[in-house]
Amino acid sequence: MMTFQINGASRTVDVDSDVPLLWVLRDELGMTGTKYGCGVAQCGACTVHIDGRAARSCVTPAAAVPGRDVVTIEGVTGRIAQAVQAAWRQLDVAQCGYCQSGQIMSAIALLTEIPRPSDTDIDAAMSGNVCRCATYVRIRAAIHEASRTLGG
Amino acid sequence: MLTRRRFVQSTALAGAALMVGFRLDGLPALAADEVFAPNAFIRIAPDNTVTIIGKHIEFGQGSYTGLATILAEELDADWSQIRVEAAPADAERYNNLKWGSMQGTGGSSAMANSWEQHRRAGATARATLVEAAAREWGVPASEISVERGVVSHPPSGRRSTFGELAPKAAKLTPPAQVKLKDPSQFTLVGKRVPRLDGAAKTDGSAKFTMDLALPGMLTAVIARPPRFGATVKSFDATAARQVKGVTHVVQVPSGVAVVATKFWAARKGREALRVTWDESRAETRGSEDLFKAYRALASRPATPARRDGDAAAALAGAAKVIEAVYEFPYLAHAPMEPLDAVVRLGSDACEVWAGSQVPTIDQQVVARVVGLPPAKVAIHTMLAGGSFGRRATPNGDVAGEAASIAKAVGSDKPVKLVWTREDDLQGGRYRPLYVHRLRAGLDAQGSIVGWEHRIVGQSILKGTPFEAALVKNGIDGSSVEGAANMPYAVPSITVELNTTDVGVSVLWWRSVGSTHTAYSTETFLDELAHAAGRDPLEVRRALLAKHPRHLAVLDLAAEKAGWGQPLPAGRARGIAVHESFDSVVAQVAEVTRRPDGLPKVEKVVCAVDCGTAINPDVIRAQMEGGIGFGLAGAMWSEITLVRGRAQERNFDSYRPLRIAEMPAVEVHIVASGAAPTGVGEPGVPPIAPAVANAFFHLSGQRVRRLPFARLAPAGTRTA
Repeated sequence: MMTFQINGASRTVDVDSDVPLLWVLRDELGMTGTKYGCGVAQCGACTVHIDGRAARSCVTPAAAVPGRDVVTIEGVTGRIAQAVQAAWRQLDVAQCGYCQSGQIMSAIALLTEIPRPSDTDIDAAMSGNVCRCATYVRIRAAIHEASRTLGG
Repeated sequence: MLTRRRFVQSTALAGAALMVGFRLDGLPALAADEVFAPNAFIRIAPDNTVTIIGKHIEFGQGSYTGLATILAEELDADWSQIRVEAAPADAERYNNLKWGSMQGTGGSSAMANSWEQHRRAGATARATLVEAAAREWGVPASEISVERGVVSHPPSGRRSTFGELAPKAAKLTPPAQVKLKDPSQFTLVGKRVPRLDGAAKTDGSAKFTMDLALPGMLTAVIARPPRFGATVKSFDATAARQVKGVTHVVQVPSGVAVVATKFWAARKGREALRVTWDESRAETRGSEDLFKAYRALASRPATPARRDGDAAAALAGAAKVIEAVYEFPYLAHAPMEPLDAVVRLGSDACEVWAGSQVPTIDQQVVARVVGLPPAKVAIHTMLAGGSFGRRATPNGDVAGEAASIAKAVGSDKPVKLVWTREDDLQGGRYRPLYVHRLRAGLDAQGSIVGWEHRIVGQSILKGTPFEAALVKNGIDGSSVEGAANMPYAVPSITVELNTTDVGVSVLWWRSVGSTHTAYSTETFLDELAHAAGRDPLEVRRALLAKHPRHLAVLDLAAEKAGWGQPLPAGRARGIAVHESFDSVVAQVAEVTRRPDGLPKVEKVVCAVDCGTAINPDVIRAQMEGGIGFGLAGAMWSEITLVRGRAQERNFDSYRPLRIAEMPAVEVHIVASGAAPTGVGEPGVPPIAPAVANAFFHLSGQRVRRLPFARLAPAGTRTA
């Protein structure tokens, strides 16, 4: 049994220590907004926040998580999250949408750290998030738009 | 037999936020006679919701939003009352009108084949609502107007919502003839209408097949052969069965399935499984073997796909002959959602949840596997996390595998089959590897007098149910599209195809034949223009006098890109134009060089003629996405077979395009009143040749083998 802090709630789950956090979220807790895309931290579809920083849950073993604060797309809150999600909707960023939970989680982490990111900042923060629909033009624009609405 | 109740439950479980229309609160479904459903595509309920039944899958290209826009336009509905729900598999009611008796999404045809049909469906529903109001109010129908979901009679001031009229309209017979709007009256078509799936795709609530969790569901992965054509000789499941959570290890036609309560257990079980493969009939050639063999074949005559005049004679008499050989690797589609399907097999019925482009094929395939009539197989089409052609297989491979596992497991527990990313990249269904050889003759003035184009590669359609309809006189149209219909006015043209026999599974990849024919045709033409000392835009314009749509997009892209105006040092423009899926797209790429010498695409100006622009913002998004998808293939992507085995395993080695490599994109849509044509694929073909043509001006180098990444070997690359 392991106890996790996820989206502000305490969740106790019977899993082996090597099971990645991604599959704890998806298969044990039914939180499917966090996606499986590659399993080797190459695509970013599984991005969550651990202690406020973007992390790839597909390579984070369950044993490394207790005592740390996990936030997923289902539970992300606050004005930065709202601004990012509103910008995503306003610019109709999503196409297939499968990678967008991870994109949004990375974007929120970026704007939390750098309120007014340059294109170079965006490249650096978002380079680990792959979108095969190539919605990158709008991802970039939506991050700038969210920054603008936040007064960044 | 599936009861209505069970179907409703299943769909509720599968329901994404946008698939409303079923009661999610456990109450009985609405009585049928309260719901107005004048045809197969629309359902108006007393709660004033208008549910559009989407016969095409939503896998990112905006088809749900597009179908709803067409219908809502003629219905005069309010956009906020519109919902979309996936249609069940039904080749009679929901067939693709461009394909005949098959339901499916592909060939960029969703809007093109639905345009008239959905306009009529919306107009019919509107006319019936008006008639219901006329009878209710005792006024002439001609005095009634409809605006944003409200039916009103201005002289008397009476008004009703669609929902209020629905039970009354349900009792009427819809009219056989309806009048469609004049385009000048459009309020939704041609405007920016937000995507219906936009909100669910920003908060994690959109449900894909991968996200389904049905009671008692098991998850399976398949140990697949290391080479194409290998089969299971024997396997030892002792260790696999000892992995906690593994419930079954069963042989299926494509390998050995490890079934478990959860994904991670299935994956660990597969690692513990020992399989011995029979590789006696496996394909053991590698990519380099195939390139070598294809190059040799490219120098020999092949089957004609087009013959205008006598190209051989024209070349023999030419002042100058230019020749080029192009090489294209295998490519994987790699949609972000790995391939998957869920099957629940009962004693006398079966349910399938999948994001399939061709649900009626899946239905037939699953029916055959489980031994039920197709009518007993219900298909629930889910949102799909990308596809790019991969989820349109002529043999329903993924759903068929899931059905085989469910059958072998032998319980009524649902089984979710997951292909891991490694399975996806190594398991085939690739864009075929091709070699092209082009030769052209120029006269003394530099005019092109003859053109010979020979293509060598596998057929996508051979051996599939589509072969009879689409392979003619030995020519698979999908191998030569974009080449056989090359638009330039050259007096003598020969296009030939040599179809090879290789044991690697292949499939259409976003824009199909044009993924390679646009590259060879458009870069070779550029080369000829350079040899003649002429401007590549002017050469194209001169040879396209009989193609006004090509000319219009070329002129628009060139004008917006400032073609001919000076650029800073180290920056160059390249241009390309290509027709695919009845749309014509021109792109101008502005390119610099990375420190390692590879091209860096800074900006792309794109002009598209896709007929009536139903949703201009979705069209812009498809051009942006098509450019990024095509650029990924051109710059980085390659599946390399060595002795028959794919070397690329995941996104570390099968390199996708990342955000820093995405150019700025400017899209211009040609105003048109013609019927809509494709947008999902036509943005892809021009980008690679446009970049290659710009790169030549920077480097003096003609890139004849893709991807461009090969110009800078892995150890020498900069970020």
